[in-house]
Amino acid sequence: MNTAIKKYYYGDIPDGAADNSNIKNNTATENAWPLWEVFIRSKQGLDHKHAGSLHAADAQMAIENARDVYTRRQEGISLWVVESKYIHASNPDDAEMFYEPASDKVYRHPTFYDLPEELKHM
Amino acid sequence: MTLHDLEKAFQHKIDNEIKIEPKDWMPEAYRKTNLRQISQHAHSEIVGMLPEGNWISRAPSLKRKAILIAKVQDEAGHGLYLYSAAETLGTSREQMIDDLHSGKAKYSSIFNYPTLTWADMGAVGWLVDGAAILNQVMLCRTSYGPYARAMVRICKEESFHQRQGFETLLVLSKGTKEQRDMCQDAINRWWWPSLMMFGPKDSESTNSDQSMKWKIKRKTNDELRQNFIDMIAEQIKLLGMTLPDPDLKWNEERKHYDFGEINWEEFWNVVKGNGPCNKQRLAARNKAHDEGAWVRAAALAYSEKRKNRLNNKAA
Amino acid sequence: MNKLSNYQINYILSLADSTLILGQRNGEWCAHGPILEQDIAITNITLDLIGQARNFYQYAATLINEVEHKNETEDSLAYLRNERDFKNLLISELPNGDWAQTILRQFFFSSFMLLVFEELEKANDEQMAAIATKSIKEINYHVKWSSEWVIRLGDGTEESHNRMKNAIEALWMYTGEFFIPADYEMIDVASLKEKWLEKIKAVFEEATLSVPENTFMQTGGKNGIHTEHLGYILAEMQSLQRTYPGAEW
Repeated sequence: MNTAIKKYYYGDIPDGAADNSNIKNNTATENAWPLWEVFIRSKQGLDHKHAGSLHAADAQMAIENARDVYTRRQEGISLWVVESKYIHASNPDDAEMFYEPASDKVYRHPTFYDLPEELKHM
Repeated sequence: MTLHDLEKAFQHKIDNEIKIEPKDWMPEAYRKTNLRQISQHAHSEIVGMLPEGNWISRAPSLKRKAILIAKVQDEAGHGLYLYSAAETLGTSREQMIDDLHSGKAKYSSIFNYPTLTWADMGAVGWLVDGAAILNQVMLCRTSYGPYARAMVRICKEESFHQRQGFETLLVLSKGTKEQRDMCQDAINRWWWPSLMMFGPKDSESTNSDQSMKWKIKRKTNDELRQNFIDMIAEQIKLLGMTLPDPDLKWNEERKHYDFGEINWEEFWNVVKGNGPCNKQRLAARNKAHDEGAWVRAAALAYSEKRKNRLNNKAA
Repeated sequence: MNKLSNYQINYILSLADSTLILGQRNGEWCAHGPILEQDIAITNITLDLIGQARNFYQYAATLINEVEHKNETEDSLAYLRNERDFKNLLISELPNGDWAQTILRQFFFSSFMLLVFEELEKANDEQMAAIATKSIKEINYHVKWSSEWVIRLGDGTEESHNRMKNAIEALWMYTGEFFIPADYEMIDVASLKEKWLEKIKAVFEEATLSVPENTFMQTGGKNGIHTEHLGYILAEMQSLQRTYPGAEW
């Protein structure tokens, strides 16, 4: 019996602790449907927000799957899906040069400007 | 940057509660631990559909039938969210499912116990989901971003599960003598296995710190288990039922309930595959997946055909 | 009780029974679907069907209680009537078979029910029209979902095409019953046949499938003469209510 293993938490049983005598051959990836990202606009919302992912054989099915999976509790009234492989993300290593240069441009923000009190609603 | 620098920067993020995202550098062990934990969590949701799905056809009223179906369906959704989170770590869902089906990957042992009466639907909701929620609420703050986001979504949906479980038992507890007996019997059978859901005692874990240090986990097994016992020991009073532990009593000094010894031999045996339903659960999952293979293949083939037709038209 | 309300009650019960029994069958897929996303999809349909059944049973119970001064409820009607009293269409009680058979049954059934509900929406029975209006939204999606699957499988692989052909062979003979009116039926079902067939043919054509000709049609469900399958469905479904009479759940 293997008891000298990592700390156990719920859902964290180490793999291979059981009797693995009937392991079958790996059939992974054949017939696997591609992954899609789902974006939902809620009733009050102005923009589509990322809700999660799912698998579907094509775009039409992806939209319907998104409807069935992600809007069961009236989460939205409009759906976008895009195949995950077409999502490009910025590189975390570029974070400094990408985002920090914006931090000293305070003059871009309306609060930068001191105006007389009498001038309301500008 | 040297490996050492990367590790330092990584730990710095964790210490400052900045979520780790899929493209960020992470130690290989962090990736593996997360992948194993998230996929096991996903497997638990999917296998967990079976013991409750077992009663859909026999639910005793139309209202109960609809509630139970919605609940089991939610678990499919939760499994789906979690597989998606795990996929960001570079392993396909198909691969994870293969590992489950081959017996290589594990799922929560609780689902290897049988659901024998209708009262089990209540006991599973109240005790099993109740135990799971403690874990899941903690996981909403876990350090890996996609896992934390999946957990936030899951927790929103999950609170209905525990409430409906308790309410199912409440109705039975106010029912006929047979219903009350059914209720007590289900609690007797599910109590100890649900305590086992939190895993071995902290003192028996040799390598306890890494998951805490990486903030994948934020509370120890014993802390969570004690929280659960304190909660349930109070709630059961409302049912007028008892918990099957003669040693259970309030400890004024500790401000916690004391409780009896868990049967760890049973725990390890169920983990090792000797639970009442291990084989049956895996067989059911394998069957569904195998019999679905031609369906998945056909949908892909059709989508290819249609794409080609559209391309030919355009050309 | 007068004949008219008797007819009306029987008709409502027949709609309730068909939707419940198909819901019961589709519910067997929950946790056993071909892929998670579709497990969730068919379960949504199951929930819609059970919701429709509950609306009909509740309405039937109200009418029965008014006319006969009884205490029927949605559950007493679903759980305490016997096999010969059930008036569901035979196609709803057939075993699920494979995914091809399940989605084809859904396609046949939902395409028919859509036409039925469109008629009911026009009926001068307010309650019925309200149930119909709500249900049509659901059924439109069932038709869309199932017809897309028919096309996908029909025009998918050789295996899926053959499985669809087998499914058509197995189920076609249960579609004739749709259009043969029972004495209690409140709408002219015979007149719906052409429109239904048109829809089936259009989808089949895209799916590279064809409609069988000259098939002998099974009947009986509407009058309580069922296949052997229904007895088992009810035995399972009604077991708790029958074992513990009068208990609340």
